[in-house]
Amino acid sequence: MSEKYISRSTAIAARMLGGEMMVMSAVDSTFFNLNEVATAIWQAADGRTPLSEIVSRRVCAEFEVEPETAQHDAEQFVEALSQHGILLVSDHPSESAGAGEGA
Amino acid sequence: MSLMYEMNDRARALGIPLAAHIDVTYRCNERCVHCYLDHDDHGEMTTAEIKNVLDQLAEAGTFFLTFSGGEVFMRRDFLELVEHAHRLMFNIHVKTNGVMIGAKEAQRLRELAVEQVQISIYSHHPEVHDAITKLPGSLKRSIDAVRFLQSQGLRVAIANVLMTANMGDHTGVQDLARELGAIYRLDPTITPKMDGDTSILRLRIPGSELDAVFRNRNLVGDVEEYCAPPPPPDDDVMEGLPCSAGHTLAYISPYGDVFPCVQFPLPSGNVRKQRFIDIWRGSPELREVRSIHARDLPVCSTCSHVGTCSRCPGLAYMEGNMRGPSTADCEKSFHRTGIPSANMLRRAPMPPVAPLIQIRPLAS
Repeated sequence: MSEKYISRSTAIAARMLGGEMMVMSAVDSTFFNLNEVATAIWQAADGRTPLSEIVSRRVCAEFEVEPETAQHDAEQFVEALSQHGILLVSDHPSESAGAGEGA
Repeated sequence: MSLMYEMNDRARALGIPLAAHIDVTYRCNERCVHCYLDHDDHGEMTTAEIKNVLDQLAEAGTFFLTFSGGEVFMRRDFLELVEHAHRLMFNIHVKTNGVMIGAKEAQRLRELAVEQVQISIYSHHPEVHDAITKLPGSLKRSIDAVRFLQSQGLRVAIANVLMTANMGDHTGVQDLARELGAIYRLDPTITPKMDGDTSILRLRIPGSELDAVFRNRNLVGDVEEYCAPPPPPDDDVMEGLPCSAGHTLAYISPYGDVFPCVQFPLPSGNVRKQRFIDIWRGSPELREVRSIHARDLPVCSTCSHVGTCSRCPGLAYMEGNMRGPSTADCEKSFHRTGIPSANMLRRAPMPPVAPLIQIRPLAS
């Protein structure tokens, strides 16, 4: 399976609210509230770190979850947000930094 | 409960100003007959000052940001301000008359991830619209702007303020919005001018026209449900809060004055003198606004409409008492249901408990 690299779209709004990230697409106005785990993935989505490494370092190391489950859930999360253009997925690392992560 | 309501409730519990409305200027290229603003520049915030306010709002947790005016494009730095807001990752809405929006401006707004642009259109007849704005050719230019924005894939809403001069045209404007692929919003509320002048209230549409608006299923959906008598209020209703003004919403004027809402001119501080967050957390005025529950409203708590009325505390404040009724909303409740409000049934008006204070720079 090829590695995935995820970065945040610039056509989004994002802000932390009570430890969770609110994200809204400016393209189709879909609104997401990310839980702590999803927020950790979001914050690490710099376009240069492989998703598997994000899962390992930011999810498995910080939350009590099996690696296989974490990877599966992370891929589902990435798929859902990429369908709305909120996360951008590539099979190679990007050269530029992605959007900010939201205050 | 929708996710958005859930977020609003959470923000309220955490004391976070989830939404902010900032008027970047009161200057305008139109002179709408119903406008409540003074269009002179009494010392607007500079580019750097507004950027600093945006930084503070982001830090305070504001997510939804509305830029409005006046006409926002009267400021040459407007797109620079939007660019700064985009960098801070706000959800951005812009309210404009669209007259100064061409292909280039539309493209830039799209690049800056503006989620929605609201354009005011009063009538589908140029002679009616242009007579309200007092700017010849303005309807054509506003419609052109809608098309420029739509061609960039931006979401556009058409705001249709109703007054006596255009009250027969809302169906035409609604059709126009549909043809243009824009969202349609009708607003039958005319508010007093910022200097306290209430003469423009004569432009408010008569009750008979409100009857027709409230029974137009294209506007309200299920007419029977919308116009149904209000259910008896329960404890939840009586513990309820009026609206988000001052709870999760703040308004900032071009001069840095902070108010609970654009329609609630209760001076609560100025960002040129204090940090926004200190005003938001410490202002006695905002604290007072937040303390008011439905049960605390001397007239409205006895009204059968208390749970369903659109009572605006800002309009009530402009009538002299933020805890009092808002006559315009009493009329709406009456014309929607046929049931008079408690305020309408009173023989004499309540004496105001607060002076009528309008939007003005705190320094003056």
